Amino acid sequence: MSENKVRIATCSLAGCFGCHMSLLDIDERLFGLIELVEFDRSPLTDIKRCGPCDIGIVEGGVCNAENVHVLKEFRKNCKVLVAIGACAINGGVPAMRNNIDLWDCFQEVYCYEGGLECGQIPNDPELPLPFDKVHPISEVVKVDYFLPGCPPSGDAIWKFLTDLLNGREPKLDYEMLHFD
Amino acid sequence: MTFELETAANPEGLKRVVIEPVSRVEGHGKVTLLLDDDNRVHQARFHIVEFRGFEKFIQGRPYWEVPVIVQRLCGICPVSHNLGAAKAMDMIVGAQLTPTAEKLRRLMHLGQVLQSHALHFYYLASPDLLFGFGSDVARRNIVGVAAAYPDVARQGVALRKYGQEVIRLTSGKRIHGTGAIPGGVNKNLSPEERDILLKDIDQMIAWSRDAVELIKKIYCDQADFHNGFGYFKSCFMSLVRDDGALDLYHGGLRARDEHGQTIFDHVDYSNYWDYIHEEVRSWSYMKFPFIRSRGREEGWYRVGPLARINNCDFIPTPLAETERKTFKAFGGGSATQSTLAYHWARMIEMLHCAEGIQGLLHDADLLGTDLVSRGERALRGVGVIEAPRGTLIHHYRINEDELIVRANLIVSTTHNNQAMNEAVRQVALQYLDGQKLTEGLLNHIEVAIRAFDPCLSCATHAVGKMPLEVELVDAGGNIIDRLNKNSDGRCDA
Repeated sequence: MSENKVRIATCSLAGCFGCHMSLLDIDERLFGLIELVEFDRSPLTDIKRCGPCDIGIVEGGVCNAENVHVLKEFRKNCKVLVAIGACAINGGVPAMRNNIDLWDCFQEVYCYEGGLECGQIPNDPELPLPFDKVHPISEVVKVDYFLPGCPPSGDAIWKFLTDLLNGREPKLDYEMLHFD
Repeated sequence: MTFELETAANPEGLKRVVIEPVSRVEGHGKVTLLLDDDNRVHQARFHIVEFRGFEKFIQGRPYWEVPVIVQRLCGICPVSHNLGAAKAMDMIVGAQLTPTAEKLRRLMHLGQVLQSHALHFYYLASPDLLFGFGSDVARRNIVGVAAAYPDVARQGVALRKYGQEVIRLTSGKRIHGTGAIPGGVNKNLSPEERDILLKDIDQMIAWSRDAVELIKKIYCDQADFHNGFGYFKSCFMSLVRDDGALDLYHGGLRARDEHGQTIFDHVDYSNYWDYIHEEVRSWSYMKFPFIRSRGREEGWYRVGPLARINNCDFIPTPLAETERKTFKAFGGGSATQSTLAYHWARMIEMLHCAEGIQGLLHDADLLGTDLVSRGERALRGVGVIEAPRGTLIHHYRINEDELIVRANLIVSTTHNNQAMNEAVRQVALQYLDGQKLTEGLLNHIEVAIRAFDPCLSCATHAVGKMPLEVELVDAGGNIIDRLNKNSDGRCDA
């Protein structure tokens, strides 16, 4: 393991994992990337806690207390923090629950009688406390870059990362910027 | 089938050990163990800590939006959710799919399962299988595999890429495309697009065969170990075609018990609740489904590749069928119950997908232009599909204004909830009980969970005790959300 490789950490908060999938959509370019970077904490490694990193990539919005904890740990450890995808940037589809009372949401899913037995709202101390709204990550920590899309394409992620790794200010051409 | 180790008899004074987040899975979960002073395991639970509430927030949306919205449940198998919802909406619009629409959907789905299986095997599971369950953490990832087995890693990347390209060309985008719509599909395949896919399909079949050989060798070289790891018996459930063939897109429900006896077969899934109920437990946001006739304790089951390969009478593509027969012979002719056999079954399915794609690409219907059909309206629709991880149920009701009024989703990983917990407990008893816990030993638990290829997509990692009051403070120090948890578990803003 080289000491002078750039360290990258990634995490998924209230997202669907699609942005991580899109990161893998760089396909064979992955083999070039791993010559330049080393992955710290990420769903793709077994490193459970984020260490000091150059770049942190965050997918998903903030929907519960543990998301805040993970996000703040990332911010503290990563020199550059990137919000990737619609959920991290503005809450995305999970934020569709924001105009509904959280209690009603729980009732619907865990207490409606159709085929359901022992209906109850899960409330064990091991379950993190949910917020009644899903928040963009920029409401909790300072974000250095926003990479939009649901998800951004593998090509867009590749362009963004290679710009950053080569010391250029990341810039995506118009056709790479998608919000769908 | 009892729920041994699910709940400690006397939790007071026990040590809590937590594995969080469970890594190299899609999404997030955590495992908690309660141990006594001698490190004996008294409780082991696999928790799902996500809550998103799709069933509630799609209420009031027009039905035709749903296949696009609900695929955001998952970025790994969005096509499965797109298709599950679209099949339900087919019932609502009264459609009988045109041959072109059905074959394009099948092609899209085979691409989906191919890429998901490749992702799981090569990127997520192979480090455990190639390096050993307790090997160096720094190496246990796709980067480690690329360094030690470059050809294996390159084949994995190429197989996944091919599946993603099948999805892109049939749905417009690799992730969250808009392929299936109520009553049909959005686009067909142009001859040029078909030729792009045809160019590489022989190579994909060859590499899928290599993948089956690789897992077969890994498994059989230490057959006793792999057979016994996290072993338990369960029922299995999957869709099968009318003639009993493996079918990932459509069929009737078949369930067999732990002895291989049929519980139900060729069941019309639009009445699934007559056969399957769900239980809620306080410590997980994921429900626990069970076969109604057998009850909560005896009726839990497994879904996914192992269930499908065990349950089907044959696979309708020749190379995969040969491999199924080998697999079945290895199990002595009866259902294989080993947790790690999921990997083997998964690669047989990947080969089936590659063969199936080849067959469809040569089908002239794919280039047809009759894409959507309509019939008599209904107010209720159920769509069921075999997603990469198993049977996926989407159920919707709409009102006269065509807005969703009720939805129920039972996703594949939910069906496996009890089984994953069972695997965790078996491994905890086999390897952890009475031992000094090391990272390598704890990874054994994750290896068992990974075998199911769980998709826990969504968020979070619990650390320490949950606070009773939480404030969400923004970067500027302003309080933007505050929650209290009452003794009844209800959260107030």
